[in-house]
Amino acid sequence: MKIRFLMASPGLDGHDRGAKVVARALKDAGMEVIYLGIHRTAEEIVKAAVQEDVDFIGLSMLSGAHLILTEQVLKKMAEQKIDDLPLIVGGTIPKRDIEKLKKMGVPLVFPTQTPLDRIISAIKEYRLPQKT
Amino acid sequence: MEKKKGERKRFTESGIEVKPLYTQEDIKNLDPARDIGEAGEYPYTRGIHKTMYRDRLWTMRQYSGFGTPRDSNLRYKYLLEQGQTGLSVALDLPTQMGLDPDDPMSLAEVGRVGVCLSTLKDMETLFAGLSLDKITTSFTINATAAMLLAMYLCVGQKQGVPFDKVGGTIQNDILKEYVARGAWIYPPEFSLRLIVDTIEYCAKHTPRFNPISISGAHFRDAGCTAVQEAAFTLADALEYVKAVLHRGMDIDDFAPQLSFYFYTHNNLFEEVAKYRAMRKLWAMYMKEKFKAKNPRSCLFRFGVVCGGSTLMPQQYEINTIRVSYQALASVLGGVQSMFTCAMDEPFSIPTEETARLALRIQQVLGYETGVVDTSDPLGGSYFVESLTKEMADKVEELIESIEARGGMIKSIKEGFIQKEILEEAYRKEKRMRTGEMVVVGVNRFTIEEEEKELRLQEYNPQVAREQIELLNQLRRTRDKEKVKRHIEQLRTAGRNNENLMPYLIEAFKDYVSLGEVCQVFKEEFGIFQQPTVI
Repeated sequence: MKIRFLMASPGLDGHDRGAKVVARALKDAGMEVIYLGIHRTAEEIVKAAVQEDVDFIGLSMLSGAHLILTEQVLKKMAEQKIDDLPLIVGGTIPKRDIEKLKKMGVPLVFPTQTPLDRIISAIKEYRLPQKT
Repeated sequence: MEKKKGERKRFTESGIEVKPLYTQEDIKNLDPARDIGEAGEYPYTRGIHKTMYRDRLWTMRQYSGFGTPRDSNLRYKYLLEQGQTGLSVALDLPTQMGLDPDDPMSLAEVGRVGVCLSTLKDMETLFAGLSLDKITTSFTINATAAMLLAMYLCVGQKQGVPFDKVGGTIQNDILKEYVARGAWIYPPEFSLRLIVDTIEYCAKHTPRFNPISISGAHFRDAGCTAVQEAAFTLADALEYVKAVLHRGMDIDDFAPQLSFYFYTHNNLFEEVAKYRAMRKLWAMYMKEKFKAKNPRSCLFRFGVVCGGSTLMPQQYEINTIRVSYQALASVLGGVQSMFTCAMDEPFSIPTEETARLALRIQQVLGYETGVVDTSDPLGGSYFVESLTKEMADKVEELIESIEARGGMIKSIKEGFIQKEILEEAYRKEKRMRTGEMVVVGVNRFTIEEEEKELRLQEYNPQVAREQIELLNQLRRTRDKEKVKRHIEQLRTAGRNNENLMPYLIEAFKDYVSLGEVCQVFKEEFGIFQQPTVI
């Protein structure tokens, strides 16, 4: 079955080159990509994830607000009981924040300039929780 | 198989083939008067001034702003002390999106990527001790550009500087926001009306202010080529010009105040040729298509930014070298104002030290290298003239194909431009990964980098609290009746298609907030719905 991947940019930033290029690469790698676009609230993202029954949620953030925005999405995921889904974060993420994000419960973090094939293989190799 | 010397084909970044050698043969079809001319003369291929930088260097304008207006005010004063010659204000995302700092969506972003300005009080603090008749300011602001211009003029007035002495630029180019970067609020129709309002207002009241800086930079950083950047920008410009003419203005009343903004990337000669080609095309459009009579209407005045997506986090010091070459290309291309990015910008906004070093790039170029001593030093080069012609042809061709599709606004609404840019961005990413496109420190000449922690500009989480407190204080002390009246006047003027600028100025004077003003127009004109293209 195809991996279903939700890609979104939370918050107010509208820089979406990275989000679109990665979304495009995942699609070319055979995944089903639901692209939600920019200016999304945590609530909208989590709602879409539930409706679309996705396997992954990917957030792209470049403004530096990634810790707060990720926290907001994780909180909504817990509320909607989809916190077993892996939340993936990409964008302008300084080294020191990678560990922080992982501790918060983000299994995969891709700072800018991560090669596309590394992103694809990391997602494909990630062991998903069994769907019921 | 053994290859002959020089056999591998070479291309510019836009895919124009570059020959091993250029000779007189390559420029024999050029008409010296029609295609090239002299510096300061139509069609201005060689520059908009006869003596170019001999009289005055380009404006050194480092994009800067963070935290509270007080934080940014101190940074501006520092940069001016270090020899910067103009200000360029970076606004935080809530300000760009017309939200006050106390809006729930603003929470994570107040004062983060730029300075927070939600009321005239903030703008007054930002320019405290900086006299608006002595300094010009550029605002990278789009959806809320009319509002920030209104506030800036109010600050001038409070300092005793009349409107016609205030100089500067607002970016105010919404079309490219729909395509790249995404700092839009309203649908195209109302956004365009606000832009025409500012152009009309500035033509009448602020002759030293550029009401728009039509930008290719964002297309470019979203991944397109130099040819696409030039064509999409000029195609946008045609839309704006048509919209203002539709309002009933004469081309010569507003064209001299139009300005442009681009990214200079790494392919040096193509970048030089890009600026020379655009200068010629613009002059031709103005004179032949729009029948401009004032020579100043034909002047293609532009600013650039060097860095952006060419900056890499690996061996980040290399970025200073990249930016230096880009700055050189910009000057050889005849730039009017320049922002050179700091080396640490792949990670964060710059620190005081890295911002200073970035400014020094321009100063070395302007004061040490001698490239400023003569106008258009590459003019007459077989290669550069031939490439300029080829770029101009390709750009014109692409503009014509966009016009044939129904113009830029239609092409954006259909997602066509977005798709073209994404295709190119994706292709570039793949070329970089295969090593076909060499990026020093990334896919060639890499090193094992230590886990050293850079000293980055820190975000102060107190900013949001401070700004909200200030706003609340203001809301308690301002004249509530007046505020209510301004809101209603803005609504009525909006409905009656009046020029909104005078109403905005009056509203900000009585401390109506940016968020309150923008909310009125959201209620009246709605919010843009983005087509998603991947």
